[in-house]
Amino acid sequence: MTYVRPTFRHPDLPKNNINFTKKDYEGALSTLCAGCGHDSISGAIAQACFELSVEPHRIAKLSGIGCSSKTPAYFLGNSHGFNTVHGRMPSVATGAYLANRDLLYFGVSGDGDSASIGMGQFVHAIRRNLNMVYLVMNNGCYGLTKGQDSATADNGSKSKAGSVNPFNAIDLVGLSMELGATFVARSFSGDKAQLIPLIKAAIKHPGFAFIDVISPCVTFNNNVGSTKSYDYVREHIEATSTVDFVPIMEEITADYEDGKEITLHDGSALQLQKLHQGWNPEDKLSAMIALQNAKDKGEILTGLVYIDPNTNALHDVLQTTQTPLNILKEDILCPGIDALEALNESLR
Amino acid sequence: MEPTNVHDPEYYHKVVDCQYACPAHTPVPEYIRLIAAEKYTEAYMVNWESNVFPGVLGRTCDRPCEPACRRGRVDEEPVAICRLKRVAADNKGDITHLLPKIPIKGNGKRIALIGAGPASLTVARDLAPLGYEIHVFDEQIKGGGMMRSQIPSFRLPESVLDEEVNNILNLGIHQHFKTYVSSLNSVLDDGYDAVFIGTGAPRGRDLSNLPGRAEGQANIHVGIEWLASVAFEHTKQIGKKVIVLGGGNTAMDCCRTSRRLGGEEVKVVVRSPFSEMRASPWEKEDAQHEDIPILDNHVPVSFVSENGKLKGMTFEKVHAVYDEKGKRSLVPTGEPHAFIEADNVLVAIGQENYFPWIERDLGIEFDKWEMPSVNSLTFQSTNEKVFFGGDAALGPKNVITAVAQGHSAAVSIDLYCQGKSLDVRPNPFTNLVSQKMGIHEWSYDSIVTNDDRFVVPQAEKVLTLKDRKKEVELGFDKLVGFKEAERCLNCDIQTVFTENRCIECDACMDVCPTDCITFTTNGTEEDLRTRLMAPSLRLAQDLLVSDTLAATGRVMVKDEDVCLHCGLCAERCPTSAWDMQKFFYNTTKAHHGCGQH
Repeated sequence: MTYVRPTFRHPDLPKNNINFTKKDYEGALSTLCAGCGHDSISGAIAQACFELSVEPHRIAKLSGIGCSSKTPAYFLGNSHGFNTVHGRMPSVATGAYLANRDLLYFGVSGDGDSASIGMGQFVHAIRRNLNMVYLVMNNGCYGLTKGQDSATADNGSKSKAGSVNPFNAIDLVGLSMELGATFVARSFSGDKAQLIPLIKAAIKHPGFAFIDVISPCVTFNNNVGSTKSYDYVREHIEATSTVDFVPIMEEITADYEDGKEITLHDGSALQLQKLHQGWNPEDKLSAMIALQNAKDKGEILTGLVYIDPNTNALHDVLQTTQTPLNILKEDILCPGIDALEALNESLR
Repeated sequence: MEPTNVHDPEYYHKVVDCQYACPAHTPVPEYIRLIAAEKYTEAYMVNWESNVFPGVLGRTCDRPCEPACRRGRVDEEPVAICRLKRVAADNKGDITHLLPKIPIKGNGKRIALIGAGPASLTVARDLAPLGYEIHVFDEQIKGGGMMRSQIPSFRLPESVLDEEVNNILNLGIHQHFKTYVSSLNSVLDDGYDAVFIGTGAPRGRDLSNLPGRAEGQANIHVGIEWLASVAFEHTKQIGKKVIVLGGGNTAMDCCRTSRRLGGEEVKVVVRSPFSEMRASPWEKEDAQHEDIPILDNHVPVSFVSENGKLKGMTFEKVHAVYDEKGKRSLVPTGEPHAFIEADNVLVAIGQENYFPWIERDLGIEFDKWEMPSVNSLTFQSTNEKVFFGGDAALGPKNVITAVAQGHSAAVSIDLYCQGKSLDVRPNPFTNLVSQKMGIHEWSYDSIVTNDDRFVVPQAEKVLTLKDRKKEVELGFDKLVGFKEAERCLNCDIQTVFTENRCIECDACMDVCPTDCITFTTNGTEEDLRTRLMAPSLRLAQDLLVSDTLAATGRVMVKDEDVCLHCGLCAERCPTSAWDMQKFFYNTTKAHHGCGQH
């Protein structure tokens, strides 16, 4: 019997700026199926947080129900976590974010959790522009209940049992752009070189950052005829550009003849190379067109799709206090009878 | 890089660091697993097959395997491989039915073995089962060579040595003890088909030219001669104050033996700095534990006698200076010479070969250091009938090296006697078998334990110092032996990768606790080592590189360096592109038959 992760790590593991190694960003050993794309995404999230030197206790992981929503157990084991009711992660995220704006909110959801049962919640989280990363591990099927087609399964995609999906798919990327998300990206669990910089940029984005990650279900949706299999995705993948995340203070050395640099809110930057023709990530219309063109050609467009680096998240819109509620002292929360009377007076 | 050729048996062999480092290539993880399974007899026989003297080596081996042990690279200390061997020897059952059978009818060939030390006995063990008539000659009363004359009984009980020597001599070996061979020519004249010389390095170095040496003669002894004299019970006591010169394991044996024969103030005095002494660290510790100070950086100047009786020695104090190339020189500090009192001095500053009994007109070439010219692969000398092994062949090393050379020489002698070329060496026996038993089950204990290395208990000093024959180390008991055995990482359970099954889901890369696995674009080795998941600093450790992967054109690169062989890559692989397969590697011994099967 095995299935126990040894505690030994590579003796020469590099440390990040706050003296942590990758081990400090690990979670428990995954109990998902061997080869699940979700595990790869978990690895990418841990790696991105390590590279950004985020203190693990400054992160809150939020998820709903499903294979995807189990994953927060498998990364960032030293962070806060809340595994909510099915599809209700955005509500809990909203509450947590309003109560404590200082934490980094990392929402993990699946295609069932976000595109079916939680659709009503998902759209409002976007509309309200919570400052969070919202990552959907999208495998086009209900892996936890034996692989039925989900709402993101493509029309014509064949299931493992051989039935062909007759319904159109909900495109979460297009939907989030339509609803006004200011950071929209799509990636693939099998392409960490692209996924890790996207996650880092999403963490740095000051508003709602949405990443749709195609994540093959090896057990129920990795068959010939499926449009979410490793082979199909690799054959049809197209990138808007290559993505490179450059932290603040680091000198930018690349040249930009066929590329573009986007400065993020905190001064770090996204370097994009080999840009997709006619696409400008800061121009929503061109992003919409690029998406539609790819769809027409049967391509899976990945990479950064749209970004508006200057966005006002919910706290800014509501002009709430800068201080997390849990450290607001009684004298501020309860300013006394004089303040109450002054308020009442102003309303007379 | 080109895809790694895993069909070359040396690739996986090298991954098993301990076995690869062992001169005899004993399948270490295999016998450690048997110990954990309480199969002590089987564990003993795996050892016996490979290193011939498990009980002896489990107490006295120089253990080149332990510094090589992978555990030492991820944990603070390596597995106590040597002392686990002793657990097998201590707890084994009857092995007589497992020993090789000697054919009733011989093959008509006669072999003479000169010296009955570990090298000769190994040759005897390997050749006797093939029907050779073996004649062994030794000047002592019993077999064992330096294992008997130089290793003190408090480290190696005579009963253990006798048992293992007799296991070999009982294979129908013709024994000629108390027989000093004074002429190789006369041995050759007796019509042997081949002669093996395993006479060791019998001459201890002396300080003949140091002032006062002659005057102090009665109280100055050469270390190995003195140890032999103690072992054969000619010497039973020594003075109260003893100086032991030298920093090797013989010096440690001399000083500890002195403590047991009446030495009260025993000091080891050595020229070099403490850290550069040749003695094994554990031997130095054991000496210090017996209240023996080790004075380093002291160069002998003279022996001092008064009225014909030794009084002590004077030493010049030095310190080590290193030039740019790291070459050491010992430079006097300028302090006044130190005088150290002594009733006896034991000189243990090295030993050398000595072949006065080999005539120089027999076709055996000797070099300017009076060493025979010996082929380091076949151990044949320039006289095709004469083979060398052990310390006699290439200079003083250790028991396990002597055994390894004995195996090689036996293969050569067998080939020679069949009229075959000695250069075409038989292949090692190898086997590679999957260890998968079920979804989360492997046939080996893949869980990596966190225990620190266990300390071998010792008998109380007040008891051991009273009795020269009382063994100091008590050995692990079965339970501690089990726990120590569980520290082994099972490096012979190889991570075998099959490219065409891989779907590049990255699961193995994500789960690997020590970041051994990387999927990346191919490059030169130098370039690849800079692009792996974790720093790849130990260049002697190989990279396992796959063929180009179909889906992305990348390659899988695994740095073998700190792989824990935990099997998680194989468990998390959805397509069994990774599998854990047990690699068994056994160097060819003559008694397997050189291509005779």
